[in-house]
Amino acid sequence: MSVLIDKETRVICQGFTGQQGTFHSAQAIAYGTRLVGGVTPGKGGQRHLDRPVFDTVHDAVSATGADATMIYVPAAYAADAILEAADAGIRVIVCITEGIPVLDMLRVKAALAGHPAILIGPNCPGVITPGECKIGIMPGHIHTPGRVGIISRSGTLTYEAVFQVTNAGLGQSTCIGIGGDPIQGLDFVACLALFEADPGTEGVILVGEIGGGAEEAAAEYIQAHMTKPVVAYIAGVTAPAGKRMGHAGAIVTGGKGTAEDKFAALEAAGVTTVRSPAQMGARMAQLLGSA
Amino acid sequence: MNLHEYQSKHLFQKYHIPVPRGVTVSTSADAAAACRTLGGTRWVVKAQIHAGGRGKAGGVVLVDSPEEAAAAAQRLLGTRLVTRQSGPAGLPIGTLLIEEPTAIARELYLSALVDRASAAVLFMASQAGGMDIEAVAAQTPEQILSIRIHPATGLQPFQVRRLGFGLGLNSQQIKALSGLMGGLYRLFMDCDASLVEINPLVITASGDLIALDAKINLDDNALARQPDLEAWRDPSQEDAREAQAKAHELSYISLDGNIGCMVNGAGLAMATMDLVQLHGGAPANFLDVGGGATAARVAEAFKLILSDPRVRAVLVNIFGGIVRCDLIAEGIIQAVREVGVGVPVVVRLEGTNAPAGLALLAQSGLAVITAANLSEAADKVVAAAALAG
Repeated sequence: MSVLIDKETRVICQGFTGQQGTFHSAQAIAYGTRLVGGVTPGKGGQRHLDRPVFDTVHDAVSATGADATMIYVPAAYAADAILEAADAGIRVIVCITEGIPVLDMLRVKAALAGHPAILIGPNCPGVITPGECKIGIMPGHIHTPGRVGIISRSGTLTYEAVFQVTNAGLGQSTCIGIGGDPIQGLDFVACLALFEADPGTEGVILVGEIGGGAEEAAAEYIQAHMTKPVVAYIAGVTAPAGKRMGHAGAIVTGGKGTAEDKFAALEAAGVTTVRSPAQMGARMAQLLGSA
Repeated sequence: MNLHEYQSKHLFQKYHIPVPRGVTVSTSADAAAACRTLGGTRWVVKAQIHAGGRGKAGGVVLVDSPEEAAAAAQRLLGTRLVTRQSGPAGLPIGTLLIEEPTAIARELYLSALVDRASAAVLFMASQAGGMDIEAVAAQTPEQILSIRIHPATGLQPFQVRRLGFGLGLNSQQIKALSGLMGGLYRLFMDCDASLVEINPLVITASGDLIALDAKINLDDNALARQPDLEAWRDPSQEDAREAQAKAHELSYISLDGNIGCMVNGAGLAMATMDLVQLHGGAPANFLDVGGGATAARVAEAFKLILSDPRVRAVLVNIFGGIVRCDLIAEGIIQAVREVGVGVPVVVRLEGTNAPAGLALLAQSGLAVITAANLSEAADKVVAAAALAG
């Protein structure tokens, strides 16, 4: 079992014929993802990677029945691509693009309020249900089908968690990279709710980082609603205040959003935390009784 | 990207936000001339740096003659001003803003920023103007009023009234506040700001509103569509190594420790710094070589890390996904040969082609210390740095 995507998910790629779109579409196909086509305005009617190319997302949806999209278009056009996907009725919109202006995302977020589409990202590695469907830039081979859900704001740190979980013999139900931007689609709380409801997920690893209050909100939610064990790790204990640590959203401002505050909130809510990023998988294995 | 006060006030004027009359200068002779141009008998000389707390640090000087202005300029220009926000090294003063003085009756605080939690632009205001707003927020949060602007409606008159009455303004002042906030919101959206702050927003002796100070931060992600504003960048206010890193598409931030870190991915880079500290060491930097790390970029990253004389050991932590570990290993070998790395290097490679990468390092004959996992890597680099200490 899984959340968001599985082997039935019909995926298209926006920015299909570009360098990034081509590379990661080929990887997704090799992984077994049902990639049913792609969109590049002006190249409709062509074929690419043995799949049809469409001018618009609306065309792609009506021809292929696609219900998920991965977006690799440049930052300046990404907000438009997200809105186009939502307007065309795509259910799961995964936006990989990094560097989208924050005011663009603010408008997108307002436009999607009350809309059934689920946005993941932007500035994220994507979503993968191991062995079934890979939408994003993560290396497929480190994943194993299994029973741990992973939610993370970072790319390579997600891979680290995945690798540790695989080594612990547990595998992953679904891994969701929610992205490193200050304004994003799906947040920790929404992902936790999905995993709590998924019978195939037995425990969740939450990988947070400095900036914002998403981890604090997650702590409250876990305390009130989660019956499954959660292991949390927060990156950025050593990050200086006022500096943006690579991700647009990873910044401590006005003394708010520090790693210590987030650890404290999670621990106060009774969540299991690990101070070392090397312990995420082992701790989860302990909690699930298979260490 | 941050703007200087004088640049921010230039934008304020464009959006009809009242500011004191002023002239920007970069020599002491021009400072005296600016006083004569402005007229009057008193002037304020303000050092232009990208940090707050200038007044307490001696960067804002009240003068009574053009000669005094010239003397103050002479004293300030070319020096570094250390404030509570500037860091211990301070920031260089290359420009001064000479302004006419303002007769202050009350000092308020007004800002607009992107609020992550509500995914909207938020206006914040307080009667406690002229003070450190973060301290106000921490100690007396009830003194801060905030309103959320819906992106679809923009700023509404009722929101201005709420803030205006909350600040204890009279009807005429609320009318002025309405114009000022409208301009500020338009500026914010037009310029892709992430923060616009007026502290203090002054009510003058005659009852008018005027922005005595001005601070604007711009969204780095939007600079490509704001070429006029990006042209205002002042490299003298930015860390030279961070700027050099940016030119090579590396993300680098200096820290105070002695263990250089080279990592792929921002989250893993932060986690690596934390791990070094957890194992008793002190990280010298944050460095993300990015998802598309090439041998050349790895070499650049090494140069950058080693340009910090405090570095006693380097930890390379790569989780190969799309990036292949054998290519990273080639980059490390190339860098060590070209740059001549004189400190111990500990390497942890995991993920795609990791065994091939480790084999390359072993065959290179270079004194690279390999580690089998994260914890071992941290232990080894902390020990190496202590020995080299």
